Amino acid sequence: MAAIPQQAVPQTLPRTSRGEWLKRHGKWLIILPPLLYLFVFFLIPFAFALVISFADTAVRVPPFTDILSVSPDWHIHLTLNLGNLKYLFTDEVYGLSYLYSLKTAFFSTLICLAIGYPMALAIARTSKSTQSILLLIIILPFWTSFLLRVYALEGIIRETGLLNSALLWLGIIDHPLQIMRTTFAVYLGIIYSYLPFMVLPLFATLEKLDHSLLEAAGDLGSPPWRAFLDVTLPLSMPGIIAGSMLVFIPAIGEFVIPTLLGGPDNLMIGRVLWDEFFGNRDWPVASAVAIAFLVLLVGPIALYQHYSTKQLEA
Amino acid sequence: MQHRVSPFLMSILCIGIAVLYVPILVLIGYSFNASALVSVWGGFSTTWYAQLIHNDQILDAAWLSLKIGVVVSTGSVILGTLAAISLVRFKAFRGRLLLTGMVNAPLVMPEIITGITQLLLFVSMLNLLGWPHRGFTTIVIAHIAFCSAYVTITVQSRLASADRSLEEAAMDLGSGPVRAFVDTTLPSIAPALASGWLLSFTLSLDDLVISSFVSGPGASTLPMVIFSKVKLGVSPDVNALASLIICLVGVCVLFAGYLMRRTERQRVLDEQMAER
Repeated sequence: MAAIPQQAVPQTLPRTSRGEWLKRHGKWLIILPPLLYLFVFFLIPFAFALVISFADTAVRVPPFTDILSVSPDWHIHLTLNLGNLKYLFTDEVYGLSYLYSLKTAFFSTLICLAIGYPMALAIARTSKSTQSILLLIIILPFWTSFLLRVYALEGIIRETGLLNSALLWLGIIDHPLQIMRTTFAVYLGIIYSYLPFMVLPLFATLEKLDHSLLEAAGDLGSPPWRAFLDVTLPLSMPGIIAGSMLVFIPAIGEFVIPTLLGGPDNLMIGRVLWDEFFGNRDWPVASAVAIAFLVLLVGPIALYQHYSTKQLEA
Repeated sequence: MQHRVSPFLMSILCIGIAVLYVPILVLIGYSFNASALVSVWGGFSTTWYAQLIHNDQILDAAWLSLKIGVVVSTGSVILGTLAAISLVRFKAFRGRLLLTGMVNAPLVMPEIITGITQLLLFVSMLNLLGWPHRGFTTIVIAHIAFCSAYVTITVQSRLASADRSLEEAAMDLGSGPVRAFVDTTLPSIAPALASGWLLSFTLSLDDLVISSFVSGPGASTLPMVIFSKVKLGVSPDVNALASLIICLVGVCVLFAGYLMRRTERQRVLDEQMAER
């Protein structure tokens, strides 16, 4: 934790020394509020979740037991329940849903990259004034509610939706396709929702790309595809990593999309967590799942932080 | 650096943009459908909008969400700007790495994890300290934690590119550091603060998962009410409500984008003036 100014300024001090104190420590007045706020309300909660993952469920408010208790004869009792942790490894629903989430997030990210990269490249190659308009067009859905966009997608792909109506009318199919409540719908939902998250960081790196390098490659006889592979692709690596992580990490924990678009088979970890919490009201097991999930995310998050700070500095 | 864009890239861009927008436009179109059957076009009507005004559940939720949004965005702009100043102006201080990490992590952290952990904190705090009660307060606290991160990122880049010479001149003329900052740099980053405010407002207004966890009985935000309705399928009054929210958020984002562009242009103009 940050150092806190040692003592408050006594009111009797002459004005000069108070000025002196402010000059030396005044910056902490700016640094401390956000640092403390995020520390208490973003970081400390993880510690609470870790502690509660060792508790037992109990029929009371809040619905779990205390880890530390003081008995009437002044003994402090530390009760750690490792059962939740064991439960994670023995009940296969957690492992399976985690692996399923990883798989879904991985392939969705790949497809987003395959669609998003040419989009970002096209935007980066237009003139500056067109760029700002196109960017705004991409940013607008980026800020629009996930819930509402998933709901809008449902209007297109449901049995009586626009897609089926159009295909029926064109005579391509003779009975409506079942898209809702399938794995395909979950993929479609994730790609549709997260595409802007892929395009924006990709554009940020591709825009900075030095065009003379491509021209040099062309002058030296490289065909365009070769120049792309040798110059553009490697130089846009930070954008690829940042964009992929921005899609991959939240997609693993996605709850709204599998719940609204998926069927009973599409058990993603976010959905399991939600049910454990609201359905079974087993908070200690939910905490244990969340902590295990977080531990597995540390690697990808560190990768993202590394590449996004690199991009900021560039 | 004008360069011809290949037709292949351009067509993927157009298809991509179409895919992003068609569902939203269809949703808005169907919100004006007179028919209660969502798949049959029954003519143009504003019935569903009129019905929203008489739906107390939705009005209460909308009012709660707006109140939360205003408090959250104001708090986030203050905290987020302080964090941005810390990171840009004070190069080395104890806790810098921690602050950088805590500012960037909420952008990628799955909401479900943030929501669960924050709920556990609030519940334990209530048990030990008798505060905060779940509802308005806890939603505001939780939203500020992730919205201020977005404000910091918006303000940070603007602050880093802001010209410090005016501020130094003000200090040479005898202003204290705070006064000099408020008089010179603050006006030049003000549009970034305004767009940070608007973006926090839309983020707070849209949040479902974190609110669902940290909220208590009786405090349902607009997304929570919509989610419980959407789970039952597509319905015409949700179409109308969703269209209204999408338009409100769209206006906020466009306005924020306009503010950012205007400062960018102003900065370029200033630089050109200075070169003369």
